[in-house]
Amino acid sequence: MFDNLTEKFDRAFKVLKGQGQITEVNVAETLKEVRRALLDADVNYKIAKDFTNDIKEKALGRDVLTAVKPGQLLVKITQEELTALMGGQHEEINLTGNPAVILMSGLQGSGKTTFSGKLANYLKNKKGKKPLLAACDVYRPAAIDQLHVVGDQIGVEVFSDKDDKDPVSISTRAIQHAKSNGFNVVIIDTAGRLAVDEQMMNEIAAVKTAISPSETLFVVDAMTGQDAVNTAKAFNERLDFDGVVLTKLDGDTRGGAAISVKSVVNKPIKFIGTGEKMEAMDLFYPERMADRILGMGDVVSLVERAQENYDEEKAKKLQRKIAKNEFNFDDFLDQIQQIKKMGNVKDLMGMIPGMGKAVKNLDIDDDAFKGIEAIIRSMTPQERENHKIINGSRRKRIARGSGSEVQDVNRLIKQFEETRKVMQLMSNKKNMASLMSQMGGMKGMPKF
Amino acid sequence: MGIFNFFSRDKKEKLDEGLEKTKTGIFSKLTKAVAGKSKVDDDVLDSLEEILITADVGVNTTLKIIERIEARVARDKYLGTEELNTLLKEEIAGLLEENNSGTATEFTLPEGQRPHVIMVVGVNGVGKTTTIGKLAYQFKKAGKSVVLGASDTFRAAAVDQLRIWSERAGVPIVDQGMGADPASVAFDTLQSAVRQNADVVLIDTAGRLHNKVNLMNELSKIRRVMDKVVPGAPHEVLLVLDGSTGQNAIEQARQFTKATEVTAMALTKIDGTAKGGVVIGISDEFKIPVKYIGVGEGAEHLQVFNKFEFVDSLFSKEKV
Ligand SMILES: Nc1nc2c(ncn2[C@@H]2O[C@H](COP(=O)(O)OP(=O)(O)OP(=O)(O)O)[C@@H](O)[C@H]2O)c(=O)[nH]1
Ligand SMILES: Nc1nc2c(ncn2[C@@H]2O[C@H](COP(=O)(O)OP(=O)(O)OP(=O)(O)O)[C@@H](O)[C@H]2O)c(=O)[nH]1
Ligand SMILES: [Mg+2]
Ligand SMILES: [Mg+2]
Repeated sequence: MFDNLTEKFDRAFKVLKGQGQITEVNVAETLKEVRRALLDADVNYKIAKDFTNDIKEKALGRDVLTAVKPGQLLVKITQEELTALMGGQHEEINLTGNPAVILMSGLQGSGKTTFSGKLANYLKNKKGKKPLLAACDVYRPAAIDQLHVVGDQIGVEVFSDKDDKDPVSISTRAIQHAKSNGFNVVIIDTAGRLAVDEQMMNEIAAVKTAISPSETLFVVDAMTGQDAVNTAKAFNERLDFDGVVLTKLDGDTRGGAAISVKSVVNKPIKFIGTGEKMEAMDLFYPERMADRILGMGDVVSLVERAQENYDEEKAKKLQRKIAKNEFNFDDFLDQIQQIKKMGNVKDLMGMIPGMGKAVKNLDIDDDAFKGIEAIIRSMTPQERENHKIINGSRRKRIARGSGSEVQDVNRLIKQFEETRKVMQLMSNKKNMASLMSQMGGMKGMPKF
Repeated sequence: MGIFNFFSRDKKEKLDEGLEKTKTGIFSKLTKAVAGKSKVDDDVLDSLEEILITADVGVNTTLKIIERIEARVARDKYLGTEELNTLLKEEIAGLLEENNSGTATEFTLPEGQRPHVIMVVGVNGVGKTTTIGKLAYQFKKAGKSVVLGASDTFRAAAVDQLRIWSERAGVPIVDQGMGADPASVAFDTLQSAVRQNADVVLIDTAGRLHNKVNLMNELSKIRRVMDKVVPGAPHEVLLVLDGSTGQNAIEQARQFTKATEVTAMALTKIDGTAKGGVVIGISDEFKIPVKYIGVGEGAEHLQVFNKFEFVDSLFSKEKV
């Protein structure tokens, strides 16, 4: 998500890394690049300015000028500062109260209705809650229908009343309904509104007063530009919200709004939206995001996602196979399925350190493995078991069967052999092996 | 409105109606930086930088604007406050592609083939469906017969939403329900429009992020299919950009242009505090004009874009 910014930082720090000695002049130059990178990433003008000034002070204060590896030190300082800016530790959503009431707020089209559904789904499946959705957008055409469709998708009841045009009344009645029907969370979807729309801001403030939610969330589009600060500030002044949701991070936006919003209202970013589907959400981890900005990859969440989807038993078995150099095309195919289960491939690859840039301009989507899969599926069981028997005529047959060229088959087999070699090497080193088993599904990752 | 009183007032009024709430405190800053000075000095350039960056114009385009101004100053030697303001606006407006409908404030259709087919594209939630509803309302008001095509068959209740707009505008809609093939809906819509001798067709499409290859391919396909019913269709591809979007809009323009040959942009939600300055660089780089601006959620909240008014709004602080 922050690939472009990463690129900029990479370039900025290359200037430093290339030089053995650092002078105040080229620190200033680097920081100018940093500032520009932040602006290109839509970080607010003033915040970017303050940020770079801060870094400069810290850098000089820490004697960066005489440091052995000044570039690294500066990277470290920048990373620390970015993390601090985006909010330190991860903060959970507050679910106290019975029912706990969550109020959504934000500009038009930011993703409130979609996120209401995602959150209900998350609370239901991961936290064992019984959520109720409440349709309090009485303005947008088909807003209530939209929430009903979302509710149906995830099997969550939606409270609505097309004849009631008063969001205060609907939300209060929804909570009443929840109380008498055993729902322990109520998520209130509201209409999109502009911060400068006095009437609409009064309306949502009145809703908040009437229902005293345990959690008020401000939903903001990750693609938002300089205006993010104004909007966040205005909503915060009226609603004193508890957390921020950053949506549409599955795009290629640099996402500087995250930095702007957090630093202007000082409220934690609690969730991110990563797609249109109901599962496409995640918690927000500032330190990971900062690492990501600096091109250090988001290895932690990659490992977690791999773990969530990986079968422990299978992993051990695979481990033994690799050690004995018995990893075959069936295993390879299996690995591909595992990776696909983990989500969007490009997204995943972007989390690997140094890969962000590499995948940025690649046309990788969920079908990325289609060609590879087709080739493997055109192999006989014997061939999959032992790829060494795949001679020239077999290769031709496989190519025909999978609708690809012989060169493609050749390339895949070559890559497979190389991967096998590397895997065996790594599996022999104790520490590597443990890392790899943690990473589970990543082992069969083909090289692009 | 002080030193920037460069454009006629009545023209401004309409935009200001929408931009009423848009103003921030930057304008006074520039005024201060310029006041009493006769040359473009660093202070002025700094304030200019702040104004433009804060309006989402972006670093590249801001530098370009500053370069152009510096070049003019070097050439013209002396530059006073008055000239600076005029020149500044000229230079910025010069980056904006000429809109074929010129400075007209009316919603007109170009001469030529009927039905005139407009396909509307953009990332999620920018205001595509709403803009279609507003356009339908305007064209209908101008006495044109309009047909809507519900090719967003994916987003929850998308068809219902467009249907409500078709009722508001009083125009027919062609749909195949949710989950249908969007290209097939577009095909149907055009056939129906031809049968009805309609003047204009507006095709709604699902929001999609421009980095999703499959979805972008789908868009190219919808586009191609229409040509089979009405040769040359779609005659226009309207890219809708959310006025509060930052620099990512450039990439959106690039990718949507690649997939569908965008012919014009609509900039929405500038009734808020966002300025939408990113369209300047986009218009300059991809040579596509901004055609409409969205200034609210109602049917009548759409205006024909006027670049001088727009540039003016980047600098304005409060309503005249
Ligand atoms: N790609 C992507 N699309 C998203 C995400 N979240 C929401 N969307 C899409 O963004 C569009 C707007 O989402 P909504 O949930 O309708 O937004 P809203 O804030 O409820 O909009 P209003 O009620 O009109 O203010 C829809 O097309 C959603 O599918 C996300 O994380 N990623
Ligand atoms: N204030 C304001 N709101 C707008 C404007 N244009 C659209 N909206 C609102 O923005 C939200 C999203 O608009 P839609 O027309 O549904 O956007 P879309 O691009 O069709 O969204 P998807 O189909 O989900 O991708 C709705 O709440 C609209 O009322 C505008 O010019 N000003
Ligand atoms: Mg909504
Ligand atoms: Mg739509």
